[in-house]
Amino acid sequence: MIDPQMFQLVCFYAFAAVTVVAALGVISLRNTVHAVLSLVLTFFSTACIWLLAEAEFLAIALIVVYVGAVMVLFLFVVMMLDIKQEQVREGFIRYLPVGIIVALVMLGEMLALIGVRAMHQTLMGANPATAAGVSNTEWLGHALYTQFLLPFEIAALILTVGVVAAVVLTLRHRTGVRHQQASQQVLVNARDRVRVVKMAAVTPAPSPAPGKETTP
Amino acid sequence: MPNLNDILILLPELYLAAAACLLLLLDAFMKAEQRPLLHWLSIAVLLVGIYLVVAGQPSQPVTAFSGMFVRDGVAEVLKVFALLSTVLVFVYAKPYLIDRKLFVGEFYTLTIFAVIGIMLLVSAGSLVTVYLGLELLTLSSYALVALNRDSRLSSEAAIKYFVLGALASGMLLYGMSMVYGATGTLELARLHVLATQTSMPHLLVFGLIFMIVGIGFKLGAAPFHMWIPDVYQGSPTAVTIFIGSAPKLAAFGMAYRLLASGLGDLAQHWQLMLACLAVLSLAIGNLVAIVQSNLKRLLAYSTISHMGYLLLGLVNAGPEGYASALFYAISYALMSAAAFGVILALARAGFECEEIDDLKGLNQRSPWAAFLMMLVMFSLAGVPPMFGFFAKLLVFQAAIHAGFLWLAIVGAVFAIIGLYYYLRVVKVMYFDKAVEGTEIRLQGDVSVRLVLSLNVLALLALGLGWGPLFGWCQRVFVG
Repeated sequence: MIDPQMFQLVCFYAFAAVTVVAALGVISLRNTVHAVLSLVLTFFSTACIWLLAEAEFLAIALIVVYVGAVMVLFLFVVMMLDIKQEQVREGFIRYLPVGIIVALVMLGEMLALIGVRAMHQTLMGANPATAAGVSNTEWLGHALYTQFLLPFEIAALILTVGVVAAVVLTLRHRTGVRHQQASQQVLVNARDRVRVVKMAAVTPAPSPAPGKETTP
Repeated sequence: MPNLNDILILLPELYLAAAACLLLLLDAFMKAEQRPLLHWLSIAVLLVGIYLVVAGQPSQPVTAFSGMFVRDGVAEVLKVFALLSTVLVFVYAKPYLIDRKLFVGEFYTLTIFAVIGIMLLVSAGSLVTVYLGLELLTLSSYALVALNRDSRLSSEAAIKYFVLGALASGMLLYGMSMVYGATGTLELARLHVLATQTSMPHLLVFGLIFMIVGIGFKLGAAPFHMWIPDVYQGSPTAVTIFIGSAPKLAAFGMAYRLLASGLGDLAQHWQLMLACLAVLSLAIGNLVAIVQSNLKRLLAYSTISHMGYLLLGLVNAGPEGYASALFYAISYALMSAAAFGVILALARAGFECEEIDDLKGLNQRSPWAAFLMMLVMFSLAGVPPMFGFFAKLLVFQAAIHAGFLWLAIVGAVFAIIGLYYYLRVVKVMYFDKAVEGTEIRLQGDVSVRLVLSLNVLALLALGLGWGPLFGWCQRVFVG
C-alpha cells in the first residue's frame, strides 16, 4: 500500500513539472500549432493541480473555458496565419506525434487524479469549503457575491470596456454596400407582399396531382 | 455582507459607471450632428463626479466591501485631480477629434471608464482591487491609443503598449501571488501587519521586486520606459494628453497603496530600488530628450524624467515624502495637460504641430500661444516662480530629509541639463524666423482658448501660492 500523502505529493510534483515543461514549450517551440498544443497541456496540468487543492470549480472552468473554447479559437487563428506552405501540406501526420504525446500526458494525469481521489487526502492547507460542509462551487459562489462582490463587478466593467473597444476598433460603416435591413423587414405589411386576387367561383376540375397516382 | 452603507461610500464610482453606460446608449441613438451635446454632457458628468467625491468625503477614512475599497484623504485628492485633468482633456480634445474625423462617442465613454479605473485603483484596499482597477484603466487606454485605425503609427503604438502592458501586468500579478504566498492575505491593511511577522521574508521581498517592476512600468520609470516614447508619438494627440495626465496620478496612487499602505515596513528594501529607478529615469529621460526633434517624443522623455522626480519623493517613505510626491503628481498632471493642450490647440486638419520646427516664429504669428507655451515649458523645466519649481524643490527636500542627499544632488544636476531642451522650444518660438507660407495660430472655439489660458495661468498662480495645495497634500498623510 502506498502512503496517500506521499502519492499526492508525487502527483503534485509531476503535475507541476509537466506544467513548467509545457509552459517552456509554449515559448520555445518554433511551430505555432505545437506551441498552442503545449499551452493546452499547460492549462490542463494547472487544472489538475487545482483539483489536488480541491478547487473543482476553477479546474473545470479552466478546462471548459480555456481549453475548450479559448484554445480552440487560438488554434483557428494560428491556422489562419500565414504559416509556411509545406508545413500546412504535411498537416495531420506531422502534428500527430505531438498531439498523441499531449493526449497521453493528459491521460496519465487524469489517472493519477483518480488515484488521489480514491485515497482522499488533502495536501494543501485546510479547505474552508470542506470545513463548512458545502461543495467547492457553492463556497465559491458565496464568496463571490459577498466578500468579493466589488472585484466581481469591476470585472463586469472590464468586460464592458472589452465589448466597446472591440466594436470601436472593428466596426466599419462602408457606404454603397447592400445590407439586409431587419427593421425594414419587420415593418412590412402583409398587404405589401401578398396580393389577393378575386376570381370566379367556377374553376375547371383540377387534374390529379402527379404524386397521387403512385399510391395504391 | 455588503450593505447600503458600502454603496454610499462607493457612490462617485457607481455614479460614473452608470453615467458612462447611459452615455454609451445615448451615443448609439444619437445623430452625428448632435454629438457636441455628448461632449458637454461628458464634461458635466465629470464635474458632478468631482462634486460627489468632495461632498461625500467622510471625515475619517472608511472602508467598504469587506476592506476592498478605502475612501480616505489620499484617494480624495487623487480623484479630484484625475477628474479635473480629464475635464481639461475633453475640452482640449474636441476640435482635434472633429478635424481628424475621430469625434466618436466611444472616445468619451472609454475615457470615462478609464477614469473609473483610476478611481478604483487609488482607493484600493486589496491587491485584487489594485489589479482590477489597473486593468480597467489600461484596457481602456489600449483601445484609445488604437482609436485612429487608419494610422499605422497609431496601430503600432497600440500593439506595443498592449504587449508591454500585458507583460507588466503579468509581473505585477506574479509579485502579488508571491506576497500572498508569504502572508496569506490580499488585504493591504492586513498585509501591513503580517509583513513583519511572516515566516518567509525572502519570498515577500521577491514578490516586492516584481511589484516594483509593475509599478515602474505604469509610472514609465526607466528601465521600464520603452513604451512611453512610441505610445506618446503614435497615439492621436487627443489620447496622448489623457495618457500623459490622469494615469500618472493613478500610478502614484498605486505605488502609494502597494508600497506604503501594504508593504510600508519593508521600506528599507524598496527605498534603494526606487532610488535606482529614479536615477535611471532622470538620466535617460533628460539626456535622450535633448536629441529629440519631435515635440511629442520630447514630452515623452520629459515624462520619464518627471517620474524620476516623483520617485525622489517616494524614496523618503514617510508622510513628508508621500505629500511631496503627491504634490508632484498633481503638478505634472496639470503641466502635461497644458503642454499637450497647446499642441492640440495649434494643430488643425492636415497639420499635427508635432515637430519642434513647426513652432518656429510662433511669437510672430500668435504671441499669446507662444506666451502660454513658454510658461508651460518654464514650469516643466522648474523655473521659479512656476508650479513645477516648487514641486521639484519639495521632492528634493523630502529626499534630503530621508538621508538621500546624493539623490537630490543628482536630481538638481539633471534638472539643469533638462533646462536646455525646454528652453530650446522657447528659443525656437521667440528667436527663430517663421517659415514663409505657414499658418499657425490657436484653433478652436472660445471655450478651448479660455480653459487653456486658465490652465496655464493656474501653473503660475499655483507657483506663487502653492501653500494651500501642499497643505492639503500634507494633511491627508497625517494620522
